Amino acid sequence: MKKLPRYLILTLMAMTLAVAGCSSKGKTKPGDEVGGPGSGLAAGGAGTEEGGDGTGRPGEGAVGAIPTERVVYFDYDKSDVRNDARAVLEAHAAYLQSHPVSIRLEGHADERGSREYNLALGERRAESVKRALVIMGVTESLMNTLSYGEEHPIDPGHNETSWQINRRVEIIYP
Amino acid sequence: MRHLSLILFLLLFCYPFLASNTYAEIEIEIVGTEEGGGDAEGSSGQPIAIVPFGGIERPPQDIAQIVTNDLYHSGRFAPMPVATLPEQPSQASQVHFPVWQQAGIPHLVIGRVQSSATGDYTVEFQLFDINTGSQILGLSYNANLNNLRQVAHQISDQIYKALTGERGVFGTQIVYVVVQKMGKQKQYVLYLADADGANPRTMLRSSEPILSPTWSPDGQRVAYVTYDPILSAKGLRDKQMAVYVQDIRTGKRNRVSIGRGIHGAPAWSPDGTKMALTISQNGNPDVHILDLQTGNLTQLTNDKAVDTEPDWSPDGQSMVFTSDRSGQPQIYRMSTAGSNIQRVTFQGSYNARARFSPDGRKITLLHNGGGGYQIAVMDLDNNRINVLSRTSLDESPSFAPNGSMIIYGTGASLAAVSIDGRVHQRLSVELGKEVREPAWSPFTE
Repeated sequence: MKKLPRYLILTLMAMTLAVAGCSSKGKTKPGDEVGGPGSGLAAGGAGTEEGGDGTGRPGEGAVGAIPTERVVYFDYDKSDVRNDARAVLEAHAAYLQSHPVSIRLEGHADERGSREYNLALGERRAESVKRALVIMGVTESLMNTLSYGEEHPIDPGHNETSWQINRRVEIIYP
Repeated sequence: MRHLSLILFLLLFCYPFLASNTYAEIEIEIVGTEEGGGDAEGSSGQPIAIVPFGGIERPPQDIAQIVTNDLYHSGRFAPMPVATLPEQPSQASQVHFPVWQQAGIPHLVIGRVQSSATGDYTVEFQLFDINTGSQILGLSYNANLNNLRQVAHQISDQIYKALTGERGVFGTQIVYVVVQKMGKQKQYVLYLADADGANPRTMLRSSEPILSPTWSPDGQRVAYVTYDPILSAKGLRDKQMAVYVQDIRTGKRNRVSIGRGIHGAPAWSPDGTKMALTISQNGNPDVHILDLQTGNLTQLTNDKAVDTEPDWSPDGQSMVFTSDRSGQPQIYRMSTAGSNIQRVTFQGSYNARARFSPDGRKITLLHNGGGGYQIAVMDLDNNRINVLSRTSLDESPSFAPNGSMIIYGTGASLAAVSIDGRVHQRLSVELGKEVREPAWSPFTE
């Protein structure tokens, strides 16, 4: 939690830039509509060493660095990994296979509904990410899950724009 | 039903000798009542006159004022403003019934506070039926500085019982969590307070979330969920969810469950020997029963869906819980052996966090039937759902131990609503703080 804001701000700034560059909306929104640019950017951050496909951007991803995009988002009351999260997770899977460190998958929910159900939802989301990473080749024992439910929203607003940023799993490195 | 909102506005006064935590005191405000049947005035309850108590000058607690607030906040009574009282007797011999009959007030309370040579107090009160000119109730209490407020609540309970036939909850307590932002951090404080919000005491302060406080059936302990730091061998500062039981008098606490994944949603069995918990042992949240005496853990549900938020029926025979096995959260009921699972709610897209009423015939729950996340009551006899709250981001409903009111969280404050939906109260702490997850204590003797 203490380490979050720094890279999140970076992430959000990066995404804002990406969105501003290819959309007239100019609003950070990790929903489906910006899934393209968001995931492209994330892949770029990680794709520098293992099979980098030329999507890397300037100023990002020194060789073998931890992927900069460390958040994946979820639909309302859902815990299945969305397609737009795939590239982000693949980047982490690639990194973790060459740098096997322990990570924590922290699940979060938006504020609506009951706190304990949201804790369960956050846990399910973290577990989904864990399963996806296992399929991508990451050793299961390297990953712990923890749910904070609705306790740590990124955006304190009470509308869909805020809620969709808050429904997420964060990949926490030591 | 006619709606008479914003009739009255009343703030609790401050209690100087409780200076320690007065900043976290809850302010109670009745924000609206709807006309019930038979109210002479069509207002928020039956009129009653509570005369300032006689006896010693400036007693440390204004007993009549506390009783006035209690009865007013119940929504069942409309205490007369002191300035409008036709006379202010403190002895039975000073009461002139015709004067009160003329004022059209059905009931009158008078009393006295006397101090003794040892520094203690004697509090006496009488309740009169004005129409017949007879005494309904007369009681005397020995008190000291520390329990004078409690004696006032007992008097409120006696009057409430005599005039409504129902047991009062003025002497009970509530726990709740206050969250405050401290820079980038949040601070969570678990408070214990009298049911009127007075006398708040800190039970636990933490930078980690404090969740799901719930009372033991004997009213002596509170269980809650928090996060404990775990030092892992690989150097990752890890955290795990933990369930604690804390004694409200001694403050002593025991961790009863900790581990990876979910350890939460504690609910005591009615006999206090077991606790239902949600634990995700294999990555999936399921309802378990922990035997508090032996430490044995039994898994009750085994479904790939989320199963959480268990609550025991008062007879100890069954349990309700939230499950999204149908695709969205709904309330289910099962035996305490985990068998005979049946879906209870079919109305609305979201039903969660059910709690049994003290008589076991109803549940209160979080319901979304299209109007947002609202507090509702469901009658288990006919499965009818009645929405009680008027806001749309509500949560954590908890029954008063007499079943007359439900307290719940809404936005950054708490609210209470009478079970018939007639009386609405808002309970708030100072601006900038959020108060949530109220739990009303059971009756204690």
